[in-house]
Amino acid sequence: MRFTRTSKMLSVAALAALSLSACGGGSSESGTTSGTTGSTDAVIVVDGSEPQNPLIPTSTNEVGGGEILDLIFAGLVSYDADGKPQNEMAESIETEDAQNYTIKLKEGKTFSNGDPVTASSFVNAWNYGAAAKNAQLASYFFESIEGYDEASAEGSTVETMSGLTVVDDTTFTVKLSQPESDWPLRLGYSAFFPLPDSALEDPAAFGENPIGNGPYKFASEGAWQHNQQIELVPNEEYEGPQAAQNAGVTFKIYQNDTTAYQDLISDNLDVLKTIPTSDIKNFKNDLGERSIESPYAGNQTIAIPYYLPNWDGEAGKLRRQALSMAINRDEITEVIFNNGRTPAKDFTAPVLDGYDENLPGSENLEYNPDEAKKLWAEAEKLEPYDESQPLTIGYNADKGDHKTWVEAVVNNIKNNLGIEISGKPYATFKEARTEATEETLTGALRAGWQADYPSLYNFLGPIYATGAGSNDARYSNPEFDQQLTDGLAASSVEEGNEAMNKAQEQLLEDLPAIPLWYQVAQGGWSNNVDNVEFGWNGVPLYYAITGK
Amino acid sequence: MVWYIVRRFLQLIPVFLGATLLVYFLVFSLPGDATAAICGERGCTPAVVAGLREQYNLDQPFWIQYLLYLKGVLTFDLGTNFSGRPIATIIAEVFPTTAKLAIMALVIEAVFGIVFGLIAGLRKGRIFDSSVLVLSLIVIAVPIFVLGFLMQFLIGVKLQWTNPTVSGDATFTELLLPAVVLGLVSFAYVLRLTRTSIIENVNADYVRTATAKGLSRRRVVVVHVLRNSLIPVVTFLGADLGALMGGAIVTEGIFNVNGVGNTLYRAVLNGDGPMVVSIVTFLILIFCLANLLVDLLYAWLDPRIRYA
Repeated sequence: MRFTRTSKMLSVAALAALSLSACGGGSSESGTTSGTTGSTDAVIVVDGSEPQNPLIPTSTNEVGGGEILDLIFAGLVSYDADGKPQNEMAESIETEDAQNYTIKLKEGKTFSNGDPVTASSFVNAWNYGAAAKNAQLASYFFESIEGYDEASAEGSTVETMSGLTVVDDTTFTVKLSQPESDWPLRLGYSAFFPLPDSALEDPAAFGENPIGNGPYKFASEGAWQHNQQIELVPNEEYEGPQAAQNAGVTFKIYQNDTTAYQDLISDNLDVLKTIPTSDIKNFKNDLGERSIESPYAGNQTIAIPYYLPNWDGEAGKLRRQALSMAINRDEITEVIFNNGRTPAKDFTAPVLDGYDENLPGSENLEYNPDEAKKLWAEAEKLEPYDESQPLTIGYNADKGDHKTWVEAVVNNIKNNLGIEISGKPYATFKEARTEATEETLTGALRAGWQADYPSLYNFLGPIYATGAGSNDARYSNPEFDQQLTDGLAASSVEEGNEAMNKAQEQLLEDLPAIPLWYQVAQGGWSNNVDNVEFGWNGVPLYYAITGK
Repeated sequence: MVWYIVRRFLQLIPVFLGATLLVYFLVFSLPGDATAAICGERGCTPAVVAGLREQYNLDQPFWIQYLLYLKGVLTFDLGTNFSGRPIATIIAEVFPTTAKLAIMALVIEAVFGIVFGLIAGLRKGRIFDSSVLVLSLIVIAVPIFVLGFLMQFLIGVKLQWTNPTVSGDATFTELLLPAVVLGLVSFAYVLRLTRTSIIENVNADYVRTATAKGLSRRRVVVVHVLRNSLIPVVTFLGADLGALMGGAIVTEGIFNVNGVGNTLYRAVLNGDGPMVVSIVTFLILIFCLANLLVDLLYAWLDPRIRYA
């Protein structure tokens, strides 16, 4: 599809290049204009990062391990390129009240070792994930299921959640503690993957050599060479929408993107999903047709805690709006990111079902320096700004290049409002996180959110609901909470989305965090591969990549 | 001589204790909670945080944590890092690569540095001498990451003589380029040290005597001038070996070498105390051993030096 915009001249040039390379002896049928054909016997080398935890679905909370799990496991549903759920292991997921679900599995599905995928494979895995004694990092994903609180409480010895019942080999029921219409949407996330029995007998050994039911499997025992590479080959047992179109995917682990980029442009690496900041300006020149910019479900915001003086109450709200309007998002995304980001119009992301860029209140996210000055002056009348404690915008300096844009935002605000404000680098990510968790932040903190599953709620509930795990701003608004609950209880996803957007209007007025822009994946591929497409979450659809 | 070596080994014990204590304390005092790094952007539930703290002894006061670590070391159990992998395994994985790289770099800098330094010293003030001096000055002045990226781009990407990065196997040919980059700066120092030392010794009385005795020029230069000029060079190389084993964080990063430097860097970022302390302690021991080797080499180079 990505060739559709190609001008005729370029296609001619590409064809010429292809016919020239064909003289070199390659007899394989190359993708020409449609880009749908290609060699399926190529092993694709892609960039990865070292999984931080054993490869057990509920132990993993970061991208490096997550993208491996997504290939070697298949959940009840998976997401297609646009984030639409499609059935994988599930035959059907049915509910009448959005609280009691009956899940039927397809017959005859197996793990790569031949074990059948049964209802217990799911129920046992989920119980393992939730039980406090296993200290699984992704345990909070099960919080909606009845009995989660008992199983996950500190020191609890309860090992099962009462809401999960196995009916027969291919059927189980789930009872949630409250109606949640978007719950089935979550089931493609890695925490909900099934596990074979052998996994729970010896999780540590399993985490080194996992056995799954997905489109790929480990090439051999020890295919995970730590900090070097992870070799995956197609799993013959797998049948489904993500069937492998290549002979394997090898994740080569890089310590930094800059190095990976050098490998990409010398064809030693086939796919790079993040172009390093230093090459953002020239990657389209270097790669031409082989580069891609693909929006995905992620955004960048600046959270301002309510426990800071000056930033609470009516004056605080005016100040937040003033700050937001003082930021020229269009200019920053263009100049600093070379249009590799899209200015934000809400708190979610455009690739999601239900996204609306014209929500009432979204004008608060538009650049309007005059209005910003006015709002700031109004706030000053209510309560003067304490110049001795100027606002800072915190960011972690160890990963991701945040300094440049933070400084740009700071300058925007300084110039338009004439107030003292500065960027505040934290040496490490954990230092910033610790202050956020312990409520000891002395200023605002940048916050990036990348969706776990394609749903508006995933961008709202975990970050802005009262007492939520990632609520760095410590925002608490009963009306907003109620709207979230209503949205979850809605009988259909459409109605739910409407309610979520209603809740967003509240956020757009209160601005617990200031949305800046939506993420766009900037990536590229080598001369050896074809059919590279990025999914809704910014991760390439590895199974669809073919050789040339 | 044997007694001297035994004594030097005994000295390692207080060095080991002091170093581990100091490093452990530094990592302990790093700002931020280590579980925050494990939990990532999403955070964990309090129950999970409590579980993690217990698992890694983070709920204990500093002294208990340190003593538990020491107890592990003495029973040959270094424990696991925050990803749950045994630290001893990780060190065994990454150390051979770094050792290979360090020794290659050391050989390159020693051979080229001494040969070039010797020629420059013997031809002081001539065109070779001056050009080598200017070149080495440039190498010293340019930061190593510039050299690294430049050579990677020219040789790996443009000319494609070698891969721009090192694979997991870390073969000899793959490591050649990073070894050259790593050795380049020290090469300039070795060259300059050798040159100066040669110039000093060439006019020494014993050299005139040797020449007057009728020895060949070759013998005079190699046995008398060079051997006596090598003491400062060997001191430098010994210290450099320790530093190279410590893993050049920058060079390993540029060429994606899975070595000690990269491992240490990641461990520091994650506040992975046991991992950092284990690697640093290991490095300190290597540094001490390299120093011992240098001291023993002195006696061989200059028979006037005796150890008892």
